[in-house]
Amino acid sequence: MKSIRTPRALAAGLGAARSGTDHWWEQRLTSIALVPLVFAGIVIVMSIVGRNHAAAVQILGSPIVAIIMLLFIFATTLHMKLGAQSVIEDYIHSKPMKTALLVGNSFLCVVLWLACTFAILKLSFGV
Amino acid sequence: MESLKFGIAQERRFCFKGSTRQWDYSSMADTPARVERPLSPHLQIYRLTFTFLMSGFHRVTGIVTYFGFFLVVWWLLAAAAGPNDYAWVQWFMSTWIGRLILLGFSWGLIHHSLGGIRHLIWDTGHGFEPHEREWLARATLIGSISLTLLAWIIGGFVMGGLR
Repeated sequence: MKSIRTPRALAAGLGAARSGTDHWWEQRLTSIALVPLVFAGIVIVMSIVGRNHAAAVQILGSPIVAIIMLLFIFATTLHMKLGAQSVIEDYIHSKPMKTALLVGNSFLCVVLWLACTFAILKLSFGV
Repeated sequence: MESLKFGIAQERRFCFKGSTRQWDYSSMADTPARVERPLSPHLQIYRLTFTFLMSGFHRVTGIVTYFGFFLVVWWLLAAAAGPNDYAWVQWFMSTWIGRLILLGFSWGLIHHSLGGIRHLIWDTGHGFEPHEREWLARATLIGSISLTLLAWIIGGFVMGGLR
């Protein structure tokens, strides 16, 4: 069968960029991760809701809980970024507005990830 | 020769988009080349079905929980900031509006998770038969409501979160 690759691509020998399905794949990876993490997160929140600040700090700062929360926060904020990106691309047709929302969404999700991660680390290390 | 050229030009013009429709060229001479192309269906055109509603609800819960996550951020930052800031979170979560938002957020999160599991099942190529789609949509809704109630009963009454 005749190759559909261009002569230039054959000469460069690099093949496909292998990045076309990144968005879809990362959405799946984060959703697989979030199946257990969401339920773990709900249990952690439920165990803290009725307690005072000192108890909340103690629970959130314990290594296992902190690591689960850090994973939960990372997977959630990445999943949020990818999901909202799809929604914006589907429904916002004005190009300036779409670009602004996509940039804003990316920035916001990084800020949320950093804020939560910083809070958990601060509680863990007790600085 | 002129007409043949014209015919080819028309043919090219209408075949270019890969359409498989049979075009009627008989009136091409006196009418402008404007063709009624089929539109892809909009939300208003689809018949309202349960699976369609659940599909939309998956996206809605995704958007709602996006903003619901701000509660988690506020809660964690307040816990890291100290007892005074944490008291505000505790106060808000004890009000009726706070509890209603928390109930909606937890239901949305659980529903979106179950809906996501449904999508992961579909990703394997299974569950596309009509009765399977119906069953999965029902299981998602019934599952999300029961799991949310279970979480609130355990968290609120057994573990004492609502007291």
